[in-house]
Amino acid sequence: MRREAPRSLADYGPLLYPAVMLIVFFVVPFSTMIAVSFFKRDPAGFYKTDFVLDNYARFLSTFFGSVLGFSLMLAVLVAICCIAIAFPFTYLLTKCSRKVQTVWLVCLLSVLSLSEVIIGFSWSTLFSRTAGITNLLVTIGLMSEPQALLPGFGAVLTGMVYQALPYTILVLYPALVRLDPTLLEAARTLGASPVRAFFNVVTPALRNTLVATLIMVFVFALGSYLLPQILGRPQHWTLSVLITDQAIYQSNMPFAAAMAVFLVLISLALVGLTLLVGRKENAA
Amino acid sequence: MMQNWLRRLYFAAVALFVAAPLVVVLGVSVNQKQDLTFPPKGFSIAWYSQIFTDPEWRSALIASVLLALSSAAIAVSVALPLSWFLWRRKAPWARIFQLLGVAPFILPPVITALGFLTFWATTGFYGAPWTAAISHAIFFVTLPLVTLSLGFASIDNSLVEAASTMGADDRTVARTVVLPLILPYLVSGYAFAFVLSLNEYIIAYMTIGFTMETLPIKIFNALRYGYTPTMASVSVFFVAVAALVFGLIAKFGDIRKLLGAMGSEVR
Amino acid sequence: MSGLSLNDVTKQFGDFKAVDRVALNVPHGNFVCLLGPSGCGKTTLLRMIAGLEEPTSGSIAIDDDDITKVPTHKRNLGMVFQSLALFPHLSVGENIAYPLRIRGRSKDDQAKRVDELLKLIHLQGFADRAVSQLSGGQRQRVAIARALALSPRLFLLDEPLSALDAKLREAMQVELRQLQQKLGITTIVVTHDQREAMTMADLVVVMGEGRIRQAAAPVEIYRKPADAFVADFIGMTNLLPVEADGADRAMVLGTAIPGLTLSTGVKKAQISVRPEDVRLIAPGNGAISGTVTFVRDLGGTIETFVEAGGKTIVAVATPRERPNVVAGSPVGVVLPAESCVVLEK
Repeated sequence: MRREAPRSLADYGPLLYPAVMLIVFFVVPFSTMIAVSFFKRDPAGFYKTDFVLDNYARFLSTFFGSVLGFSLMLAVLVAICCIAIAFPFTYLLTKCSRKVQTVWLVCLLSVLSLSEVIIGFSWSTLFSRTAGITNLLVTIGLMSEPQALLPGFGAVLTGMVYQALPYTILVLYPALVRLDPTLLEAARTLGASPVRAFFNVVTPALRNTLVATLIMVFVFALGSYLLPQILGRPQHWTLSVLITDQAIYQSNMPFAAAMAVFLVLISLALVGLTLLVGRKENAA
Repeated sequence: MMQNWLRRLYFAAVALFVAAPLVVVLGVSVNQKQDLTFPPKGFSIAWYSQIFTDPEWRSALIASVLLALSSAAIAVSVALPLSWFLWRRKAPWARIFQLLGVAPFILPPVITALGFLTFWATTGFYGAPWTAAISHAIFFVTLPLVTLSLGFASIDNSLVEAASTMGADDRTVARTVVLPLILPYLVSGYAFAFVLSLNEYIIAYMTIGFTMETLPIKIFNALRYGYTPTMASVSVFFVAVAALVFGLIAKFGDIRKLLGAMGSEVR
Repeated sequence: MSGLSLNDVTKQFGDFKAVDRVALNVPHGNFVCLLGPSGCGKTTLLRMIAGLEEPTSGSIAIDDDDITKVPTHKRNLGMVFQSLALFPHLSVGENIAYPLRIRGRSKDDQAKRVDELLKLIHLQGFADRAVSQLSGGQRQRVAIARALALSPRLFLLDEPLSALDAKLREAMQVELRQLQQKLGITTIVVTHDQREAMTMADLVVVMGEGRIRQAAAPVEIYRKPADAFVADFIGMTNLLPVEADGADRAMVLGTAIPGLTLSTGVKKAQISVRPEDVRLIAPGNGAISGTVTFVRDLGGTIETFVEAGGKTIVAVATPRERPNVVAGSPVGVVLPAESCVVLEK
């Protein structure tokens, strides 16, 4: 069995079914959505086939513009927080014994099965005045009286970081577990303390992984739809909330589609920009 | 020495953070009354049996399980030939399909959900249960694709060459060498897709939300319109199932390797 | 049976010729070593014999059957890879039985053959062990047994002993040679270790830059290297410039070597003299004058480094013939003509 270019038509066989599936069920829906974004809203049904830019124009108004800005800022913040917590954690985890690693990995994978709703609900309880963390703090004596920590920006941030954290750890894991231990040993023999070695040796070596993970968490956070609603006030609602709102409750599919397309474009642009900057740095 | 304590403290903090919501959910699920108070008043495991006895919850459970089983299977069926092709053949242009396989998952789910909504609405199949299975399958195809790519990449090429020197043609090599070696990755890919599909809300909602309820849909509705600890017990149930599935994989396989560790490590 | 023959086999990658018009005839039952430094093309050549690479041009035949276009799995050979390539998901016995299993042999046949082979490699009772439980040397033997399971007509090994420690390697070289003699199977081994080649082979093929430099029995390669490359690669040697002076005498470092002649018309060349043939005497008497720079007493041999005419000459002697010199002693170097191999390439 040699790894070579496909020679006969039969060699392309295995590709046929996946290709068809992906094109029909992904490319087409996505293109449909792009097409719909140019349609006119039909109050009676879903939409009327047309070609107007009204939806995009409306989107560029200040209100929706500020929501977009907020969504982006929130996503960036979530990404940074997640990396800040997950990176040292995953690194230290890869230094633990096989058994400890396995236990943690199984736990993290299990936590992935908590749906966004439940996460929202749990954190709303934890941040509530009657049954939340503040009650615990009052019992210890750190606070005078219990407070409701939600709805609020901090609550939304915490919830979203919580949701993204297991993914972040699992994405960083392969890169960190394969890290050459001799890199660190060399640093240690040259006089760097473990902490110093971590920042001076490990972090730069994994810069690409970190950037890729940041982007992944950013995109992931951008898609958060339920948590901003459960844990935050209307001013904290992200674009995804509005998109769903427009699509389902306002029956304005074209507008929802336009926002969605815009969101994708902005995400791609930011991702592209980050990669470009990264490449320039690597070249320099 | 100091470092050891620092490390333990850090791990404990993360563990606390990760576990806190679980504690809440667990507590709520054993509430005696149909109340979502925390800490729980009274103790009752009645809400766990409700998942199976209450007809609405039960049908939602069955719907979710069927959806998860089928969508994970379809996802794997798409991912396997694709990752096989990318490994076996030198065809750089085929990478585009790899990108397509990864794209649905990295886009915000609401966008993918919307895309499917418009697609099914346009094609006229909107609301049919199988549309959710396909939608989920495409959305989650990334997971088996990633695990299988990892699996294929981990096959030492000399094993394949050795088999052919011993008289195995391509089909035999695939059957006797490749398949056994990627089987764990196939299983873990399926498991990931299964577990995530069980808990996926928005795509299920946008495709079949108006005709039937899966558990996540039901939980969200319960949150909005009628609190009941059953939703907490369902969540605990889900976490337990996930822990069981992944625990079994860990027991019979090398989960570290499945998640990206190389086999040749010392630890 | 006529054995293996390679006719003008070439493998080209773009502009780079990994294997350059190799022609070789290996008689049936011979043990051949493809020897050379890394990058000389020996592994590529072996892989082409196995069918894992396709020659850009040329042909390969076994027993007069042209196999150039025959796919690997139909060539009926046994191959041991450098990484051994033992299937991790199969036990020792299952690994060895693999070639039989895929040909549909009965379970009984498989078990019988596995037993036979385990006995041959001195690992009886190991059939149910996991590969990971074996030591390096044991794995080596299992890989060999597996390759020989179907009594192939050609046995190929790619640097099979490189992963073993020195002592084990030496033992395995002898074992491998003995095994091959017992089975009478045509064997080709790729190695970069010339001691290995000298120990095991009937025919040593020295390769450099994709071409065969010399193919001969080990002793002949040692005593009569074809060119400077071969001379330098096999064992230790002294490579010195030789010139023909006006009177057609061969001059090395300004001193005539009696009895040594260059071919007609050749004015400059090199000679190769093995250290054990170099004799050290008192200065004068027509010997090359030099100064001892270093004496290395290795217990079993004594190496004396002499600086003469800007070159370093190494002489090796047994303790009994130890030259009575120390660093700094002036000394005369005698190069007997019959031990000088003139290399005119």
